[in-house]
Amino acid sequence: MSLMERMYLPAILGGIVITIKHLFKRKATVRYPETKRSISDIWRGLHVLKRDDKGAERCTACGLCAVVCPAEAITMESAERKKGEENLYREEKYAATYEINMLRCIFCGLCEEACPKEAIFLTDRILPTDFTRNSFIFGKDKLVEPVDERVDVTKRQTAAVLEFKEHKRLSHNK
Amino acid sequence: MMSFLIYKFTLATSIFGITLFVAAYSTYAERKVAAFLQDRIGPDRAGPFGIFQPLADGLKFIMKEEFIPVVSNKFLFIAGPCIAMMTALMAGVIIPWGGTILYNGNEYSLQIADLNIGILYVFGVVSIGVYGIMIGGWASNNKFSLLGAIRASAQMISYEIAMGLSIIALIIMTNTLSLHEIAVQQAGGSGGEWNFWNVVYQPVGFLIFLICAFAECNRTPFDLPECETELVGGYHTEYSSMKLGFYLFAEYINMFISSAVISTLYFGGYNFPFMNELGLSHNTITILGTLIFFGKITFFIFFFMWIRWTIPRFRYDQLMNLGWKILIPLSIINIFITGLLIIIFKH
Repeated sequence: MSLMERMYLPAILGGIVITIKHLFKRKATVRYPETKRSISDIWRGLHVLKRDDKGAERCTACGLCAVVCPAEAITMESAERKKGEENLYREEKYAATYEINMLRCIFCGLCEEACPKEAIFLTDRILPTDFTRNSFIFGKDKLVEPVDERVDVTKRQTAAVLEFKEHKRLSHNK
Repeated sequence: MMSFLIYKFTLATSIFGITLFVAAYSTYAERKVAAFLQDRIGPDRAGPFGIFQPLADGLKFIMKEEFIPVVSNKFLFIAGPCIAMMTALMAGVIIPWGGTILYNGNEYSLQIADLNIGILYVFGVVSIGVYGIMIGGWASNNKFSLLGAIRASAQMISYEIAMGLSIIALIIMTNTLSLHEIAVQQAGGSGGEWNFWNVVYQPVGFLIFLICAFAECNRTPFDLPECETELVGGYHTEYSSMKLGFYLFAEYINMFISSAVISTLYFGGYNFPFMNELGLSHNTITILGTLIFFGKITFFIFFFMWIRWTIPRFRYDQLMNLGWKILIPLSIINIFITGLLIIIFKH
């Protein structure tokens, strides 16, 4: 190395010029609770169990979502609909309990694809954090959408997604 | 006599307060500067722009559990951070924070004590500062602490030599050890005659002093006493709560004081160009000068942080090579050249 290089001072000077430029650069930080990062249209977030137009639960506890789930996060118990419960459950059989362990769930969306009743959907909501493991096992109280506060799942159902689902249904009928 | 005591007491107390305030906000500035240089935004939750962050940090330090190891020497364990803090604060006494204030016909200097051996006092106090670290590391009775303390003291003692030698060249030039007189000699544009800042005459001396100041403050690229991979926390491994806070705080006070010393010795202290041509009153110029002095200090504190996020740290042998084989010979050569030039031009 030449004497100039061995002094390191020109190199250090070059270094401090680079660092000072970063002082004025746009910051990469997203102040999370105030501003949220934009997510993809087909973002797979927190699940919802949909009700139909009259407010009855769509899920019939067929268990396909639990079977298809690669993380084995879904468990359910079925029960038979009694007389007078038609406004609560759309099908004759319904899920008495329906639990998703959010710590196991990998948000792959296979449950949504498997569902024959269009009952379970993944939404653009983000799973809230908590302190205990038990609080991450979401039961029907957290999963089923409230009657007066419907969860919009149409944003995720883009043309491509719908077409994909259509083909699957047809192949299933063969 | 009474008024003299009141004046000195007020001055000392306010400088003590300002020193602590600046040191506290240096911790905030450090995090903000670090964040901004890395394209982040840094702490912004405590108050607007996070300006109450130092308060939150201080509160955290005080509320934390105090732990003193059973095997430690309790007296020395407590004495360590006290010495570190005290010596850091003591150096502020001889720094000329401004000119003089005229009040009721009396002239009050904005310097607590104008010692005629000011620089020597600074060096003495800084040397005692090594004891704070060494005692703290030794009293912890922990091998990591001891190794960190030995590293820190070896580094500080090595760089003190080069620092002292770089100052000798300046003293040859200024003919005085008093920081007040050195500051006055650099007064700009007085009576049509230009007095340049000392950095113009002593660029090499300034560079050596600056590098040594980084090493004395244990700042990057010389922050070897702390090293997570080898030494855990270095000399303050066993320290917790406010005692650890004192060590960290002393570091920031040292940074503030060394910025003040650098500004005084090489960058004109409280003087600024055209200060006598503006036609302002004496007191206005003094206050303006003090503000400008703090501006210079702020710049140097920023420079300390700026360097921290630019240069990676040295290896220990590189550190010793730089200190003993480069800086010391360089400063001796600097003394010779300065002496030679003074003989040629002043006679």
